[in-house]
Parts: sequence; C-alpha cells; structure tokens
Amino acid sequence: MIKVENLTKNYNSLHALKGINFEIQPGQIVGLLGPNGAGKTTIMKIITGFLLPTAGRASVSEIDVVKNPTKIQQMIGYLPESTPLYPELSVYESLEFAAQIHGLSGEKLEHAISKTIKLCGLKEKLYYDISELSKGYKQRVGLASALIHDPDILILDEPTTGLDPNQILEIRKLIIDLGKNKTIILSTHIMQEVEAVCNRVIMIKQGEIVADDSIKELKHEQLTGFSTKIVVRGPQEKVKIIFEQIDGVLHVQSKSTSEKDTTAFVIDSEDDIRSQLNKEIITAGYDILEISSSEKSMEDIFHKLTK
Amino acid sequence: MQQSSFTQLTALLKKELRIYFNSPIAYIFVVVMLGFSFWWFFRSFFLVGQTEIRTLFEILPWIYLFIIPALTMRMWSEEYRGGTIETLLTSSVPMYQLVIGKFLSSFIFLVITLVMTLPLPIVLSTLGNLDWGVVVAGYIGALLIGSAYISIGMLISSFSVNQIVSYIITALICFALYIISQSFVIYSLPSIVVPIIDFISLGSHYDSIIRGVIDTKDLIYYCSLCLLLLYTNAYVLYSKR
Repeated sequence: MIKVENLTKNYNSLHALKGINFEIQPGQIVGLLGPNGAGKTTIMKIITGFLLPTAGRASVSEIDVVKNPTKIQQMIGYLPESTPLYPELSVYESLEFAAQIHGLSGEKLEHAISKTIKLCGLKEKLYYDISELSKGYKQRVGLASALIHDPDILILDEPTTGLDPNQILEIRKLIIDLGKNKTIILSTHIMQEVEAVCNRVIMIKQGEIVADDSIKELKHEQLTGFSTKIVVRGPQEKVKIIFEQIDGVLHVQSKSTSEKDTTAFVIDSEDDIRSQLNKEIITAGYDILEISSSEKSMEDIFHKLTK
Repeated sequence: MQQSSFTQLTALLKKELRIYFNSPIAYIFVVVMLGFSFWWFFRSFFLVGQTEIRTLFEILPWIYLFIIPALTMRMWSEEYRGGTIETLLTSSVPMYQLVIGKFLSSFIFLVITLVMTLPLPIVLSTLGNLDWGVVVAGYIGALLIGSAYISIGMLISSFSVNQIVSYIITALICFALYIISQSFVIYSLPSIVVPIIDFISLGSHYDSIIRGVIDTKDLIYYCSLCLLLLYTNAYVLYSKR
C-alpha cells in the first residue's frame, strides 16, 4: 500500500506540492492527471526516493521513503519522464545493467532478462545501441528496465509520450496486462489513456488534489447536464436567439459549416431538450439536418477542474 | 545482501567501462597518454644515454592534467543531463556505492593505461641496471596522484552540468595543487606558510614517492584526500535532492 500524507515540496520560492494526501491499495491502476507543472512528476520522484519532501511523509507498506529508500526502491519499478538510458550501451547491456543494479545475478539475472525481452518485444533489437533506436523502442527499453526486477509497484511518468498511435495501443495493452498483478501509478495528460487504462484518477492542479475518484464516479459527479449537437439550415443569428430562449439552456456555441446557410450548434443544457429544440426550429420554419446528443468525456472534466 | 551489493558494484563498473570503450574517449585517452609519455621519455633517453625511469614519472602528472579532467568532466554532469541520475538514485544502490563505483571505474582505467607503459621499464632493464624499487614506487605514486585528480574532477563534475566548465576548473585546481610546492612558488612565499603549502601540495608528496621512498605519511595524505573528496561528492549529490 502506498500512502502519502500532507506531502509538500518547495523548489526555492516555488510551491510545487501543497499538502497532498492519498492512499493507493494494492492492485489499483491509478492515473495522476493534471496540466504540465501541476506536480505529477514531483509526487512520483518523492515516492521513488529521488527527491526529498519539504514536509509530509510518503510510505510504501508502512516503510518511510526518506528513512529507508533502498528498501522501498527494491519494491518499485520507475520509468522517469524522459526515459533516461545510456546511448552508448546496447539494449542487452542496458537490461543487464538495470537487472544488476537491482541486485540480480546468476540464473535469476538470465531469467529476468529473457522474460522481460519477451514481454516487451525487444528480441530483434537486442544488440543495437540505444542511440540507434526509435523513440518507441527506447520507451520499451525504459519500461523493460523498470520491470526487470519484477517489482510490486510500477511508477510510470508519461509512458506514452512521443509514441505513434499503434505504439500507444501496444504500451497501454502492456500496462493493463501488468496491472493484473501489480500496483501502477501513471501520469499522463491524455484523457483517453486514463479512460482506457486506469481504474482510479487523482487530478492535480498547482500542487493540490482537485479530484480523487474512480472514473465512473468522477463522470457521475462532475458531468451533470446535457450536451446536444444540432445542424440547422437557416440564418445563424436568428436560430441562435431561438435556442437561447429555450428554458434550461446554459450555453450555445455556433459554427458555420461548409454547406451554404447551415450552422452547427453545440448546446449545453440542464436536461435533455432535444424534442423541444426540434419543435422550436420547425415552428420557426427552418430545417434540422442532424441532431445528436454528445456524451461528455474525461476531457471536459479535465477542463472544468484544472482551468 | 553482501552478494547483491557486490553485484551492484560490478554492474556500475561494467557500465562505466563499457561507456568508455564503446565511445572514442578511451582510445583517445590511451593514445595521448602513451604517445606523449613515450615521446617525452625517449626524447631525453638518447641524449643523456642513461637508464633513468624517473623521466617517465616526472611527466605523468602533467599528462594527467590534460586527460584526467576529460575523463571526469562527464561523470556526473552527463548523468544529470541525460536524466540517468534518476535511474541510479532510484535503483536501491546506496549513494556512497555509486560514488565508489564511479571512482573505481576511472581508477581501473588508469591502471590499464599504466600497464601499457610497462614496456619502458622492461626495455630499460635489458639495457642496464634498473632499480625495480624505484619503478614500483613510481607506479604507486602515479596511481595515487591520478586518484587524487580523479576525485577532484568527480567532485567538480557533480557541481556543474557544463562539461567544458568542469574540465577547465578541474585542470586548474589540479594544476594549482600540483605546482604550489615547486621551488619557484615556494621561494616567493613567506617562510611560515611553506610547511603548510608543502603539506597540502599534491606535488611534494608525489616527488618524495617517485624518488623511491614510500612514506606512510604520503600514503595517508593521498588516501585521506581522496576519501574526503569522495565523501563530499556523495554529500553534494545527496543535498541536490
């Protein structure tokens, strides 16, 4: 279990973390979410023992990170944001180094290396230098280095940045597989990633937690209201006024389309007002070309909470 | 636990040496060091016509002034620049062991280059009477002064991310510490500070060793200097967190 109590970190005059509290139970996949500079990386660096907190406490299985970092580091696999690797070493040498600095030797070492090579699909690139690899393969080597000592906890700082869509899917699949018997904390600012991978979200803004819940609960709590997309043929300004006068409408956004005289509107409202919209437009003598309800996504929650 | 910290230390050594030998650094280092020391040695060798191995050991600290800073300038700064310092400091290897690993890797490298100068004394011994005691003392002295340069360079590298800056500062500090015991510096100083200068200078201790006198005083000087510098190095890394 990972426990963070009142964690505070100042970099000179900058308050990076202002009293963060959370607990993570074994087996959870937790997404740390927030804009750049919110403090995601700082939290990860403190839990892994790379940085010392200014105040507060971080512990893993009741062991304090500051008092006994090496003990905790044996339980954690960490992939830093920039995927640091030695460009002069080959893939095999990198994996061997990662395994050995975690104290693996002899048969255990061989076993760990061959298992990780298979898991991360590195077989064809084993004897390439890191400097010759593509970003995707570097990311895989980084992940492999974090995994090699079979830690119970994985801390991944933006594991999919810089990858192409296919590689992103592969890495996500790998993370979900690993999450079956490991605790994972990953940071990202890609909302689809959180929805695809995590079962809990901790959202951070300027060093403070603004939300901490399961995705389902978070959507339920934060996404009240309804959003309708409607395409109308008729004068834009007049139609917009009609919409704005309907009861329960909160916000109307209009955008001209490529067709002549047609406008697409996105209407936020308290309740489902689709039939009312329909009636009003027909009464006014204009045509409805399309109407659909658009579900709000994690992205809307992100905007709402971190703006 | 003992077994695993040995594995960790060898992993660090292997990594450092692989980085040296997978890149041109090691080869340039060896070529410069051997080329220059052989040239210097044979330059006076044929003129004087004497079997005198001291010439080699007299020039080594000067060659080291140029090449050891090149070896150490990247040591920590490269880890910080590439972010690999995060991998190291979160890998359950204790800080002091990281520092020792870095130091030992350069030390081993120094041993390798010194081994390559062995043909010189061997050739000399076939030509005349060679005092092997002086040769052994000379090599010990070269390793000790080299270790001191390495420790200084490592510490400087932990302060600065800029490799050029750390090269120049290391070279300057080593140069200053080596030269202050030279007679022309000593003569210009008040006599009261001379024993102090003599004690802190890298050069005075080195000179007495390569004369063939291995005094425990000199050994203790070099060992405690290295330990102090390496300890400070670990402290600097620690305080950066």
